[in-house]
Amino acid sequence: MTGTDFGPDGTGAGGAAAGLGAGGGVICLAERDGAAIAEASLRALAFAASLAGPAQSVTAVVFPPAGGVGEPEPDDEVFADVLAECGATDVCLVRSAELTAYAPVAWARSIEQLTAADRASAVVAAATDHGSEVLAHLGAMTGLPVAANCVSAQSAGPSSWRLVRQRWAGSVLEDAVLEASLALLTVAADAVGQPAADGAASAVNGAVSAVNGAVLGGNGAASGVNGAESADRGLLSSARAGRRPSVRTVTPVLSEPDLVVRATESAEQSSGMSLATARVVVGGGRGVGGPDGFSALEELADLLGGVVGVSRVVTSQGWRPHRQQVGQTGTKISPELYMACGISGAIQHMAGCLSARHIVAVNTDADAPIIAHAEFAVIGDLNEVVPALIAAIRARAS
Amino acid sequence: MSQVPERASAVIIGAGIVGNSLAYHLARLGWTELVLVDKGPMPNPGGSTGHASNFIFPIEYSKMMMELTRDSTEQYKELGVFTESGGIEVARTQARMQELRRRCSQAKSWGIPAELLTPEGVRKLVPYLDDSVILGGAHFPTVGVVDPLRAGTLMRERAQQLDALTVLAGAEVMGIDKSDDGRIAGVRTTKGDIATDVVAICCGVWSPRIAKMAGARIPLTPIAHQMISVGPIALFDGTEGEIAYPIVRDVDENMYERQHGGDMEVGSYAHRPIIVAPDDIPSIEEAVLSPTEMPFTQDDFDPQLELALELMPELLGDEHAGVRYAINGLISMTPDGHPVLGEAPEVPGLWSVAASWIKEGPGIGRAVAEWMSGVTPEIDIHEADISRFYPHQRTTAHVTARAREGFNKMYGIVHPNEQWESGRPVRVSPAYERERALGAVFYETAGWERPFWYESNAGLLEKYADRLMDRPSEWESRWWSPIINAEHLAMRDAAGLFDLSAFAVLDVTGPGALEAVQKVAVAQMHVPNGRVVYTSFLDEAGGFRADLTIMRLGPRHFRVVTGGATGMTDYKWITDHLPADGSAAVTDVTSAWTTFGLWGPKARDILRNLTADDISNAGFPFGTCREIEAAGITVLASRISYVGELGWELYVPIEQGAKLWDAVFEAGEPAGLVAAGIGVYGTTGRLEKGYRAYGAELDASYNLVEAGMTRPKVKEQEFVGKTAYLRQRETQPSAVLCTLIVDDHVSESGELRYMLGGEPTLSVDGEPLTDARGRRSFVTSAGSGPSVGKHLLLSYLPPEQAVVGEPLNVEYMGEQYPVTVAVAGSTPLFDPSNERVRS
Amino acid sequence: MDVLVCVKRVPMVGGKVLVTADGQDVDTRMSGFTVSPHEECAVEEAVQITEREGGSVTVLTLGLPEAAEQLRDMMALGAHRGVLLETDGREWGPDATAAAIVDAAGELGPSPFPLILAGNEAADTGGYQVGVRIAHALGRPCLTGIKRLEIAGATLRGSREYRGAQEVFEVALPAVVTVKEGINLPRYPSLPGRLRAKRAEITVLRPQWKADGLRKEGLRVPAGSARRAQILGHGAAAVPALLDVLNGLGVLPSAVRSGGDAA
Repeated sequence: MTGTDFGPDGTGAGGAAAGLGAGGGVICLAERDGAAIAEASLRALAFAASLAGPAQSVTAVVFPPAGGVGEPEPDDEVFADVLAECGATDVCLVRSAELTAYAPVAWARSIEQLTAADRASAVVAAATDHGSEVLAHLGAMTGLPVAANCVSAQSAGPSSWRLVRQRWAGSVLEDAVLEASLALLTVAADAVGQPAADGAASAVNGAVSAVNGAVLGGNGAASGVNGAESADRGLLSSARAGRRPSVRTVTPVLSEPDLVVRATESAEQSSGMSLATARVVVGGGRGVGGPDGFSALEELADLLGGVVGVSRVVTSQGWRPHRQQVGQTGTKISPELYMACGISGAIQHMAGCLSARHIVAVNTDADAPIIAHAEFAVIGDLNEVVPALIAAIRARAS
Repeated sequence: MSQVPERASAVIIGAGIVGNSLAYHLARLGWTELVLVDKGPMPNPGGSTGHASNFIFPIEYSKMMMELTRDSTEQYKELGVFTESGGIEVARTQARMQELRRRCSQAKSWGIPAELLTPEGVRKLVPYLDDSVILGGAHFPTVGVVDPLRAGTLMRERAQQLDALTVLAGAEVMGIDKSDDGRIAGVRTTKGDIATDVVAICCGVWSPRIAKMAGARIPLTPIAHQMISVGPIALFDGTEGEIAYPIVRDVDENMYERQHGGDMEVGSYAHRPIIVAPDDIPSIEEAVLSPTEMPFTQDDFDPQLELALELMPELLGDEHAGVRYAINGLISMTPDGHPVLGEAPEVPGLWSVAASWIKEGPGIGRAVAEWMSGVTPEIDIHEADISRFYPHQRTTAHVTARAREGFNKMYGIVHPNEQWESGRPVRVSPAYERERALGAVFYETAGWERPFWYESNAGLLEKYADRLMDRPSEWESRWWSPIINAEHLAMRDAAGLFDLSAFAVLDVTGPGALEAVQKVAVAQMHVPNGRVVYTSFLDEAGGFRADLTIMRLGPRHFRVVTGGATGMTDYKWITDHLPADGSAAVTDVTSAWTTFGLWGPKARDILRNLTADDISNAGFPFGTCREIEAAGITVLASRISYVGELGWELYVPIEQGAKLWDAVFEAGEPAGLVAAGIGVYGTTGRLEKGYRAYGAELDASYNLVEAGMTRPKVKEQEFVGKTAYLRQRETQPSAVLCTLIVDDHVSESGELRYMLGGEPTLSVDGEPLTDARGRRSFVTSAGSGPSVGKHLLLSYLPPEQAVVGEPLNVEYMGEQYPVTVAVAGSTPLFDPSNERVRS
Repeated sequence: MDVLVCVKRVPMVGGKVLVTADGQDVDTRMSGFTVSPHEECAVEEAVQITEREGGSVTVLTLGLPEAAEQLRDMMALGAHRGVLLETDGREWGPDATAAAIVDAAGELGPSPFPLILAGNEAADTGGYQVGVRIAHALGRPCLTGIKRLEIAGATLRGSREYRGAQEVFEVALPAVVTVKEGINLPRYPSLPGRLRAKRAEITVLRPQWKADGLRKEGLRVPAGSARRAQILGHGAAAVPALLDVLNGLGVLPSAVRSGGDAA
């Protein structure tokens, strides 16, 4: 592999001299999500912008998409606008013939080189799988600590930061002091809007939401579900928001070990449709009413590419075999969707499905515990709702 | 989501099996505007009901608990949530085999199906059990499992269908308000305040915490019971429903194994007692599972794993079956193992409905609902009455000490006379040190240390060697000594001095004192001053509520003397029935008075050495009381007897008790006076005279007519239970209390065996005897009659069998022994004309 | 193959975590302890690998002497050997932890562990770094967040789902892999397994604590907000809204899925 000189390749002034801490500006990893910048990264960028002083640069680093690119992409202009909305003063497009796929060590190496060149004081990434992984590598390469899942940060003098970060997935907040020549921070997914976050953070929230509205509005569920409520909170108050950023292209110096771990994307889905691994589980409880009621649930599960799971009472009644039981003493599931029908949500049952990414409940009792655990609920008899849903899905398919 | 009502007829706190049941039964009895609140969600708010193993064995050691369990089972069946599985208690030791025989006999007394099984017989029903580690088992085919959460839901729904109940889930009680006169006034919850006169605490392990809000104490403690669930069990995959094999109680190891769907649940009471303070129970939000499913402590369970594996090696040893669920589940424990029911003595309107298992929940709900409605509960629950506790028994120290001691006895072989070790001594008589010097063996009643016999009387054994009725079998000689019988004979020959300090002494005073005692006593209380009246108290249904004596000390002063065990419940009963105008008061003066009993043919001679007062038969007749000067002390002497001898109860201020004891002892020595224990007072002396005891012969399920305790006339004045009593007198009794003598004590193995009580009374053909009211005959009291040379049994019999000379059988430890009816009714076997008492 | 699995003893917490009065720790007075969920899956994965391919599973933890309980829990699931890096209860940063593990791995015997597994992140501190730092110290490749792991000879193939697509990594052993819950269904301890674990020996080492630049000042509980489902409606009338939600979650059959405006 041949190294290309690393350095600014575009226009723009790079990092400002008067900086926070020892170095200059703040660098933020901007991940792609399809043709757009990931919402989590936009939030991280807004967070990064809140750390930088007025004269300091906020550099968004964008790596090539899978498959790699050589030439500037048509999206770059759009990126620049979007990133600027969230506070980026500089956009750094990483170009490398070797970077044809996600490669965490190579990404970390690239950012490491960029921090040296920019004399950056902080590197920020969203606490996503990629963000966390890249910063962990950066920490290991530099021997510096990484503060994961931050919800707020502020400078406390040269090379010193006061942080609030999440522990226990946000159930506990840690007040911490980070002393490092280069602060490595990942930003919690729900950092913005946390009570602990300061004023800047909530302004950031507004900016991200506004951006979401403008750019990511078409991105289906993500904005429909999460973004809408904060859309009216106003724009980033920072004076530079929206200013045209400088865009440059850089080429990192990568060596073979940096590229050992490299992703290839695959369309294959996880094989086998067991209760434990199913992507969708349609759950049935006492509300199903008897053994005959499960045929509708089976049909729905089939339509959604999932399987049926049941509560303990169902197996105790002999309506379904024991192996279909979800819960503490049954199978623990972690599907994308758990659709709990006629299940009250007993503690022992919930212990088996708390890893479900989304829970939708159908229940006659609005006070049932399942309602507190679910994200969405339909109050009603499953024997009415489920057939209607099946009919609606079929109608839409045809 | 319900609105919070401003007012409620009663607020029921806690939606576990007990609260739901109480709500339903109150609604059924006509209550409306009830509110049921719980801080948790429905149907499982997170209390002990949600993690119970939910099985019901019909057999119990206490008749009350058995009846509550029986009623609950019926209710669960009616609700459609009961599945019969059968249950087996297995024995790993010979001692347990004997205990299982005793248990099967006990089952027969109460009409519960039970049979002894050989190891092969057990294996036939439980094919995965290794029968080489057991000696046999007792099979109870009517054991079953229930779904208490479903039952609770159904009961709530029924109460709601009656338009009687509002359910508030997620409403935590923050306070309980009282009016200026200390009565319940309202409940404050996180969802709003509710005005009410009645609060029922059905909060299980949280009950002490909630009671404290109202300034009352509910003496129970949360304690952890470990349970694991192992699965999937391959064998169970093919079975339908929740349970297809009998539940196994490995009683010698304090464990149980119970199929629950695809899993086997293994529970244990063998581990160290793990007590949790009510305030340390985590909140719903903090809890990983539920507040009462505490984190499992593996080390405590490890020894049980090996034992469980030993019993079910293949099933539980399956490498593919795992421990899928393991908890330290919180349950409630009380100092005596019984529930805590009834209105709190400290706070009118505050009801405790606490410390119930799943197996009693519905029955308790019904009984307390009846009680709250002013209806006498069909099941006699006086043993569970919250007012039974003395102040020291409600302390945290006492409750936790007894919980610790009782926990590992959950499946223990508990002898009927077994004594507690912890929390003693608490209450001691002024003669305590003297009694200790005499080698007294102390039993405990209501915290009092009572000499049961005196080792110093061992010298009498030789004198009465041929009349001791010694017990060769270890079981019957446990918690017993032949010295008791020697003391008895010495008393009958000369005299005995008894320490009766444990008597509860209650003074009823004031202008309305006579009205007050008339209201509760069956006997005529309008008697001259200085009279002693033996009487019963009845409930409204005419069942026994108390059995005691009352002295009239003055025109406005009555002194009620009752057993220590029932002192506090009797106190509350009298208090609850005082005249509404406040013209009488009741005061507990137990701690002011020591009581000694001096009885025997030489009693007068001995007392005469100490007093110049007239104590002749004419001057101090039977059934009277008065102050005398004896040994320089003013003594209240009362001429009655529970042992059938001439003599007195001697009441002195407690600080002068030791002096009186010394004086009587010294004066009596030349006459052959012995210190005699409660073994004589409570058993041998009593049984020879056919005297009935409250809690044994006398409880709410029998009446004065059946007990043979009617008097020729019924007083004109009103009293509680009068209407029922009058009706009872006009109908033929369904049972007659009889004294039986055992004709042959020799067992099949050639050993002499002596019944201890509780055994089924059978026909000569070995068939159970059932009276017209469906009650089975069984032995209510048993003991030696040294003076009559027979082992004596009291038993209610159907009238056809209640005939002197009628031959019957009694089953004991699985064998039948011939007995004969010696007395039908209350005539004493010893000294039938009562000459001694009146001499 | 000999596999080293790194686990961490953490309190078992409910929906609400309490902090001690001094604000320095999570209140564990009424808690049980466990290992982080990802790590339990790591142990399961290791056990499955050795069940397939032979070898042994060594489970290692760094913590108080009480952490031996978690080693035994893991041995009950099939790990063969337990190693406790005993500490005095101070919190160790990811860098120091990784260094101690690397040192210990060197000391534990002649054969190095070709595969070191860890959880993606600890349930309590959530640092996301120990595995990566071990890998760097040993000069090995590291895969993180893995939800599917295959071993073919000296090649290791790990994959995970990211932004709706499968990311597949292929590296040569020796390697470090951090896994995520969902990679497998961890077994429950069998009773015989539990008894074997009870009797097993645990190797105890005592590494030296090192500071890093991240210092905890205190912990606090954020002001909570009661979670409750968004009610989509009542009865069959709610079906259109329900359909939109399912569409948004991407679980509808592809023929039904509508792009764009799931307003």
